Amino acid sequence: MKARVTVTLKTGILDPQGKAIEGALRSLGIDGVASVRQGKVFDIEIEGADPAKAEALLKQAADKLLANTVIENYDVKVLG
Amino acid sequence: MARTLAMTSGHEPAMVWHTETELPKGTDLVVVPGGFSYGDYLRCGAIAARAPVMDAVRSHAAKGGLVLGVCNGFQILCEAGLLPGVLMRNAQLRFICRDVHLRVERSDTPFTRGYNAGQVIRVPVAHGEGNYIADGETIAKLEGEGRVIFRYSSPDGMIDPNFNHNGATNGIAGIVSENGNVLGMMPHPENHVDADIGSTDGRGLFAGVAAHLGNAA
Repeated sequence: MKARVTVTLKTGILDPQGKAIEGALRSLGIDGVASVRQGKVFDIEIEGADPAKAEALLKQAADKLLANTVIENYDVKVLG
Repeated sequence: MARTLAMTSGHEPAMVWHTETELPKGTDLVVVPGGFSYGDYLRCGAIAARAPVMDAVRSHAAKGGLVLGVCNGFQILCEAGLLPGVLMRNAQLRFICRDVHLRVERSDTPFTRGYNAGQVIRVPVAHGEGNYIADGETIAKLEGEGRVIFRYSSPDGMIDPNFNHNGATNGIAGIVSENGNVLGMMPHPENHVDADIGSTDGRGLFAGVAAHLGNAA
């Protein structure tokens, strides 16, 4: 089964990298970008065929390693 | 770091590999030094914080043993949950490598007994991710409990945004755990212990720890 874990910075956490990207987009003349926040995407293959089990496993992975929940939120999607 | 520890304590430190599961018998101080670990992939210190040896470091700390994390070591201790908060990318996005001034906020900890409260020391920093942040409640707790023990300052000890090199909340450069036995700091006191290098301001930390542990050199 394929799954995707998306990790994003919590609201209110300063994101200097996002700010730099935002500035670069502006300097490229790409108008209309109000703000940029940078995050991470993990594409993960799961053994077995039980989506509920996969989701539980991925939540554990995100809590233990993929995200630092002090500053980041995560979202788990089992794509099947 | 190893050289500094030997010089200031009179004992050769034992090197512990990250895959080990126990610390040497009689360990009184664990030092997680700076550098980089696992390419700092994912987040700085994140993978090293999950290394097998960290369980042993955690139980050493839980028993009241001293733990010092410098630079990447500080990032690892935060990721390992031994200290609160996280070290983010420097606010100005630049890697900073230079001497900075720190104000020593307290002298009544095992790590700062070699200094006077309010004393300013000059030590080097070399990091790209030293911007300390935590949620408001955690910061209030750290400040309220006097657990911020080093703060970036001007040469005469003023706390000023112009001297907050990486954008750290409240100019925080070093914090201790709730029990005061775990210290994490971004600057490198171990690099300023020899007059030939230009400063011995870092020596007080190691001399203080050695005195606390009863084996001053």
